[in-house]
Amino acid sequence: MKKQVPLLITFLTGFIVIVSFFVPHRPFGILETQVLTWYAIIFGFTMLIGVDSLIRLHVRKTQRRKKGWWYSIVFFAGFLYCFVTGVISLIRTSNPFSPGTVFFYGYRTILIPLQSTMFALLAFFIASASYRAFRARNIDATFLLIAAVIVMIGRVPAGYKLWPRLPEVANWILNVLQMGPMRGVMIGIALGAVAMSLRLILGIERTYLT
Amino acid sequence: MENKKDFLDWITSIDRKFIFAIIAIVVLIPILLGIQEEVQISPSVNSAYRTIENLDSNDVVLISIDYDPASMPELQPMLKAMLRHAFRKDVKVIMMCFWPLGLPIGTQGLEQVAAEYSKAYGKDYVNIGYRPGDRAVMVEMGREIRHFFRTDVSDVPLDSFPLMKDIHNYNDISLVVGLEAGIYGDYWVQYVGSRYNQRIILGVTGVMATQTYPYLQSGQIEGLIGGLKGAAEYETLIGTPGFGLTGMAAQSWAHVAIVVFIIIGNIGYFLTRRREKRFRVEGRR
Amino acid sequence: MFFLLIFSFSISAKDTPNDAGGSITVSTYNIPHYTERIELYRKVKGDTLYKEAGLISLYKGEFDDTLAVAGESYLYRARAITKDTVYIAMTEEFVSSSPQWFNKSRTAVLLFIVIFGSFVFVFIQLAKKNPEGLFIRRLPAIDAIDEAVGRSTEMGKPVLFIPGIEYITDAGTLASITILQRVGKKVAEYGTRIIHANFDPVVMTAAQETLKTAYAEAGRPDAFNKDDVFYLTSEQFGFAAGVDGIMERERPGAIFLQGYFYAESLILAETGYSIGAIQIAGTNATTQLPFFVAACDYVLMGEEMFAASAYISREPRLLGSIKGSDLTKSILLGLIGIGVTFGTVASLLKQAGNPAYMEIFNKVLDFLAMGAR
Repeated sequence: MKKQVPLLITFLTGFIVIVSFFVPHRPFGILETQVLTWYAIIFGFTMLIGVDSLIRLHVRKTQRRKKGWWYSIVFFAGFLYCFVTGVISLIRTSNPFSPGTVFFYGYRTILIPLQSTMFALLAFFIASASYRAFRARNIDATFLLIAAVIVMIGRVPAGYKLWPRLPEVANWILNVLQMGPMRGVMIGIALGAVAMSLRLILGIERTYLT
Repeated sequence: MENKKDFLDWITSIDRKFIFAIIAIVVLIPILLGIQEEVQISPSVNSAYRTIENLDSNDVVLISIDYDPASMPELQPMLKAMLRHAFRKDVKVIMMCFWPLGLPIGTQGLEQVAAEYSKAYGKDYVNIGYRPGDRAVMVEMGREIRHFFRTDVSDVPLDSFPLMKDIHNYNDISLVVGLEAGIYGDYWVQYVGSRYNQRIILGVTGVMATQTYPYLQSGQIEGLIGGLKGAAEYETLIGTPGFGLTGMAAQSWAHVAIVVFIIIGNIGYFLTRRREKRFRVEGRR
Repeated sequence: MFFLLIFSFSISAKDTPNDAGGSITVSTYNIPHYTERIELYRKVKGDTLYKEAGLISLYKGEFDDTLAVAGESYLYRARAITKDTVYIAMTEEFVSSSPQWFNKSRTAVLLFIVIFGSFVFVFIQLAKKNPEGLFIRRLPAIDAIDEAVGRSTEMGKPVLFIPGIEYITDAGTLASITILQRVGKKVAEYGTRIIHANFDPVVMTAAQETLKTAYAEAGRPDAFNKDDVFYLTSEQFGFAAGVDGIMERERPGAIFLQGYFYAESLILAETGYSIGAIQIAGTNATTQLPFFVAACDYVLMGEEMFAASAYISREPRLLGSIKGSDLTKSILLGLIGIGVTFGTVASLLKQAGNPAYMEIFNKVLDFLAMGAR
């Protein structure tokens, strides 16, 4: 029973969504939008589970003085700051992100620099990973290396200065050489996902219920 | 000999901290000095530019801010360049947002460019803010925008703005511009482009551009602006240089530095292999 | 006069196809030069007055009247306004909208699902009859799970599992839970600690249940620590920073990056590399595959992730569905080959003055692309 009910719910939901994709007539046609709306509402509530998990974890860490427990203090400070200033700014201006609010101040001076910094790390990691990965170890790796160098240089002004036709070669690699295999992988992924969805709807794949 | 070995080892496995330091230097110098480099216009960006160029004061563009501060350096220059282009042609702009953390930066960009062109809020542009629910919101906007956005970002009813008086759904929107750092670009194409025959332009981060090209090739979107380079190209097309072009110089230098590191790594790799081979041969003797 | 008629401003109205009714599409033709706006009015059958319906976008030249009531009949009138003239166009026959039972633009998709579903169904049946007759090629990344967990155990280090940054609705996330089951069993057998950081609270709940079962199956239910499966944040780079922090502090011996990733993929994989962990990645995000290939030891590429459950369990029904999916792919491959050849030949024939084959080719393309445009 513990497994049969979820399997039945999965089957019925999957079947209805598939039918609603092909049948625009009411009530089927609007079901897709309805399901998406329900999902959005349920999703909002699932965040409470996340917040609950996060608070419990950090409370336990602090109580047991686990390794790095003082990071949890930073978490609590950040959590309280966002919550309190968010509510106050919401009451005062109806939009916590209005310039001038305390919440916006935190967003502008803390969140924006932190997020940008994390994304910017990518540039450094791409450099170190490229240096390590692009070695002409065999013929395949050599082709990969040549293509990578052409695209990297051809996509920036330096490539044009080096040889005015290099951007064209880089674009050709991107739009022709790369596109074919990429589409092949995408078709494979799409078919794999459809097969997996069918297995889920038919109750063959049950790992998520274990 | 020992020195040679040390040097070979060093160039074969350069400490990543050294690589990071060089990248930081080559990125910082052009930005600090404000160096700008000329970029060549690609057909995909040109197509996006042409699409907005063909609009006029009767047209309304819906811009969706689907990114947050992390991808701001790539997408914010695109937003500003496209806003400048639209306002210059007196095209009306509605801004919305599916990433809550993107709302303030979107608003900041919109207000800044609107002030540059002396545009009036409510008449020339409106910011309808953030709503959760992505696909459900996109689909329902095809019937009536007010079903999800009854008020604007400051809680003022949409009907109180002259611009919104005749705007109800995608019928009244000439073009959707999605600035994307995630999956919402796919949703715009799949749920709005195909269902409502809506014209769409996407501006995406560099890493996502390859995945988005098939939509352009199949005609499902009318233009594609990819990464900082795309932003720099758009700035060139409208003749107003901004951070896109400055950032492009930094990117250009960084790419060259990476290629140099790759070449050094390969030289080291080949010399090491040759040396090992020689040692093996000598060992056999 | 004849030419004037042909080139004069006109409109047509028709029931919007493939919808639930309640929408009529009005199209414009020969919009006069310098038109500033086109106002559209509608009149219900029996009424005497036209009422405002909206403005037709000059850019699109088309308007979907979604406020039309299904079953009611309407006449439309449009006013194209230029600086000095107003041009009038109207429909002559009443038009009504009605709901459709089948969305014809999705015929090709239905056809595909029926063929695909049939193959999967047939092969599942065949697999049940003859489970020995199905072969699945080696997936080194899955085989390496034991080695990675074993190595971590020997080093006395924990195992870190990251299920991507998509929600439970994503097929890649579901596939990652299947792989987690296998990893969970191994860590339970070896008595190694597993840390599972989550982006989505629902994935966290599913992962807790999966690991609990895996530990129970391994006969060590008490060893499972629920606190090690936790929610981190639903903010992309906050999550990347959090996971990087866990890597630096906990120094896991093996890292599993399984699921859908975005730009944070390389940030995670490079940090994992820097601490010397053995890394097994898997993703259905095509843009992130190159990063994983560059920085990880093993990678499950795209559909290999979806085949993982069949590979691990060797359950005939799962293997059968993989076989069905493979056959569909082979057929698609053949059809693409035929299409490319036919299209090329048709194009050459068109250049030689025979456009008939190109027309057939375009019709097939239109049929297949109907739902996309």
